[in-house]
Amino acid sequence: MSDLVAWLPAAASAHARSVDQVFLALLAVSVLTVVVVTAALGVLALRYRAGARAPRDPRVLRSPRLEAAWSLLTLVVFVALCAWSTRVYLATLEPPADTLDIAVTAAQWRWRFEHPGGIVERGELHVPVGRPVRLVLDARDVIHSFYVPALRLKQDAVPGRYTSTWFELDTAGEYPVRCAEFCGTGHATMRATLVALAADDFAAWHEQAAAGASGETPAQRGGALFESLGCASCHAADSATPAPDLHGVAGREVTLADGSTLRADAEYIRESILAPRARVVAGYDPIMPSFEGQLEDAELRALVAYVESLAEASP
Amino acid sequence: MSLAANARGDDYRAPGGLRTWLTTRDHKRIGLLYLVSIVVLFALGAGAAALMRLELLTPAGDLVTPAVYDRLFSLHGIVMVWFFLIPSIPATLGNFLLPMMIGAPDVAFPRLNLASWYLFVAGSAFTLATVLLGGVDTGWTFYTPYSTLFSNAHVVLAAAGVFVVGFSSILTGLNFVVTVHTLRAPGMYWRRLPLFVWAQYATALVMLLATPVLAMLLVLIVLERAAGIGIFDPALGGDPLLFQHLFWFYSHPAVYIMLLPAMGVVSEVIACFARKRVFGYRFVVAATLAIAAIGFLVWGHHMFVAGQSPWASAVFSALSFLVAVPSAIKVFNWTATLYRGRISFPAPMLYALSFILLFVIGGLTGLMLAALAVDVHLHDTYFVVAHFHYIMVGGAVSGLLAGLHFWWPKMCGRQYPEGLARVAALLLFAGFNVTFFPQYLLGYLGMPRRYHSYPAPFEGLNLLSSLGTLLLAAGYLLPLGYLAWSWWRGARAGRDPWRAAGLEWQTTSPPPAHNFASTPMVTREAYDYAGIDAHA
Amino acid sequence: MPDALVPSRPDAQAAARQAALLGMWVFLATEVLFFGALFAVYAELRHAAPQAAAAASSHLYREVAIVNTALLLTSSYLVALAVHAARAGADARAARLLGRTAMLGIAFLALKGGEYAAEYHAAELPLPGLAVAAPGDAYARFVDLYIVMTGAHALHVAVGVGALLAARGWLRRGHSAGARRVEVVALYWHFVDIVWVFLFPLLYLVDR
Repeated sequence: MSDLVAWLPAAASAHARSVDQVFLALLAVSVLTVVVVTAALGVLALRYRAGARAPRDPRVLRSPRLEAAWSLLTLVVFVALCAWSTRVYLATLEPPADTLDIAVTAAQWRWRFEHPGGIVERGELHVPVGRPVRLVLDARDVIHSFYVPALRLKQDAVPGRYTSTWFELDTAGEYPVRCAEFCGTGHATMRATLVALAADDFAAWHEQAAAGASGETPAQRGGALFESLGCASCHAADSATPAPDLHGVAGREVTLADGSTLRADAEYIRESILAPRARVVAGYDPIMPSFEGQLEDAELRALVAYVESLAEASP
Repeated sequence: MSLAANARGDDYRAPGGLRTWLTTRDHKRIGLLYLVSIVVLFALGAGAAALMRLELLTPAGDLVTPAVYDRLFSLHGIVMVWFFLIPSIPATLGNFLLPMMIGAPDVAFPRLNLASWYLFVAGSAFTLATVLLGGVDTGWTFYTPYSTLFSNAHVVLAAAGVFVVGFSSILTGLNFVVTVHTLRAPGMYWRRLPLFVWAQYATALVMLLATPVLAMLLVLIVLERAAGIGIFDPALGGDPLLFQHLFWFYSHPAVYIMLLPAMGVVSEVIACFARKRVFGYRFVVAATLAIAAIGFLVWGHHMFVAGQSPWASAVFSALSFLVAVPSAIKVFNWTATLYRGRISFPAPMLYALSFILLFVIGGLTGLMLAALAVDVHLHDTYFVVAHFHYIMVGGAVSGLLAGLHFWWPKMCGRQYPEGLARVAALLLFAGFNVTFFPQYLLGYLGMPRRYHSYPAPFEGLNLLSSLGTLLLAAGYLLPLGYLAWSWWRGARAGRDPWRAAGLEWQTTSPPPAHNFASTPMVTREAYDYAGIDAHA
Repeated sequence: MPDALVPSRPDAQAAARQAALLGMWVFLATEVLFFGALFAVYAELRHAAPQAAAAASSHLYREVAIVNTALLLTSSYLVALAVHAARAGADARAARLLGRTAMLGIAFLALKGGEYAAEYHAAELPLPGLAVAAPGDAYARFVDLYIVMTGAHALHVAVGVGALLAARGWLRRGHSAGARRVEVVALYWHFVDIVWVFLFPLLYLVDR
């Protein structure tokens, strides 16, 4: 098996190897189909070539049974392959608990990574092996795409919204990060390196890097902003103004004024700060002012991180 | 045969003054006007591709600047998609043949048909102006907000060109639908329509229902860029994913605008050179219509990593697998058509067989891209580039060349040189595979598309791909040369050199202005090769 | 579709009429998709920001739109009468009715233009080119969409008025294909009206 897949690019996570398996299955079906079709065309073309001695039948041949058979066979094989591939994809949809959260900001033509604790990296992203890492991405200008071939992982970074993805490395090493969505003249050189370190090495790196950083987590900075911007005066359990208490909200299903429900993920929290009247939770008036244009990107991220950190806390 | 108008000089090409061509309403002349136009634009798009492959010979970006490279791939994409592939078969062979195949004197709206060509020329003029003024660098996809806010190239001009050319394909589609509905000769029931006509009909429906969405999208892009109307740009409160949804709502069905007509050509050619009716005619018709219909429901497979809801992605993935079933059915039916036939291998048949092989490879790799887990890795890599070139060049261009060679004697009354044509067909097949197969490997290894320079490990495969373009170029230039030569100097071809079954072969080569001396009566099923060969 | 190819058959006129009408129906199918793209954008906006859409909608001149709706509905009635008259061979009456239909279309455009002008001068809407503080991006986006949707529709009304007047000219000159063309033009005019029937509630009555 290992010889067979030697030409595949390095795979650094269990998910990457499952993707390779799906790919190899698709490849096997494809090669088989190409061989069968080529052989059938070749054999028929040779046997019934003009001038050869072969039985001819000028009648119109039809066989609904044969048609049904190959249609059904194709359908069954396709459904099976599709189901398997979709399962592999959906299995990795929800990140596990206790992820290491890293904010990724894409801009023409560089990547910026921010760890909890305020460690900021450019061009390199250090992560531990064996621990799930969640990325929350946004873009400052145009659409970019965070692509790590070794993880078989790709996620667009879209301006004006947060997208997220996660992975768990199982092999230490350095893996290229590339931009996969055309973003202008620097597209081909918008690269970074994913440095996967064993747990001990990562701890050592982290200690060294943290020495130069503020030490504050984004959630802590967000908490300070929450006070200084006056959010706390309405969003408090004992407030006179009818604004929702944000404890335990993040990640939960909420019901909107029009009866629909959605999950209060990072993107919804971000939207609620910038366009609070767009989708209001049932039972509250659309009275919150918009903070559009009043926050730096990093401040916005910190606020969202703070509200997310209230998920576990009790009021 | 009594249907043939045999009076000497009764040729749709006479009288021959330029003015008579530019004001013609004859569908055959308009088909030829289109043919000349798309060859010119193909040369432009191919030139851009050649420069790109030259740049990619080495990992370093040392031949042109990134800005120039971005303009090259944008030009290549815009020209090849909208100014070559979309009109390629429908506007040339479709215009020339569709009325004849159903026994009609012309299309339903001849003046609109000519207007369609003028719109095509006007759109081409916009594109040429874009190139002369410095090009456009957004790629053929015009993704926002890059196209609306960040690009400093000629986006508005390029979008205007595509907008205008969109109306030319709407007019062609409208003409085909109404023509097939209202102008079939007596006895030409729907169940007797040649599969080429069915393919054109299905294609016309897709053109009519998809193109207007693209047109509106381009209007919105221009309004956003020029007037600050915020629809897609997040800085103006817009939603860039909405753009992608609408764009692919057009651009995925557009793939079937390119592919279905080529499938129609292959059905005609295989039947003729196997001397058999296409196996499972009704299944092939149903598959054609199914592809056109389901093709409208799969656009979201272009957005698996864009931030679309994963559940939507799962549905789009399943539908994309589903659309592959009718395609597979067609391949099986073409193969089965050969059974107990009497098969010969002139150039059109070679092109048709290479269509089948390349289409099978392109289709199967399309499944890999429809598979959610795998596409996350392969999206926007060279794997995608290889896949759609297998479909569009291996498929649509092979189909066009098969059809051009097959109907060439009908178009000009002369035969192309068979030996050279077979060499060209084999050259194209070899050159195509050498150029594009390495790109599949590059994609799985992780080389993203639209890269002006690339990491060193990708050099070998890129070198191979670039060298393949030499063979590919020979495979294109050879037919261009001998077809042009044979238009004037080829051996005279009779009314029906292939002893083929379609109505178009029952009139003279080249046909008279209104196709038939008298309206034909159809008394036979399509592809009645048993009947023809029994008389021979 | 005025230049339909007339096949040399005994039922040539009927066949030409069938082709012309089918041609217009097919064309209208593409028009549905053309506006469909805008309705898709609209649906997304309403889904993402229902309150902002309602707030912006309440600032539009609803009374003018009601009058305009009445104008277009009346015009559809008149053009239907014109088709009836043309089929019966009453060319003069049909031409008169077409003229009146066109007048109603022109009145619609005049009112619509007045509406745009008033909105621009009152400067209460975040129109492109106006620096008006809007309560949020979605609000401005709704107004942008209002401009694009009604603008695209107004363009269609203008084309329709031109077609009505052309059909009136053919009838007056006693053109042999006059009646057929009146039918085709009327079909187009009905479509233009129907689009407005959707636009009016979607744009003006969001908060009702």
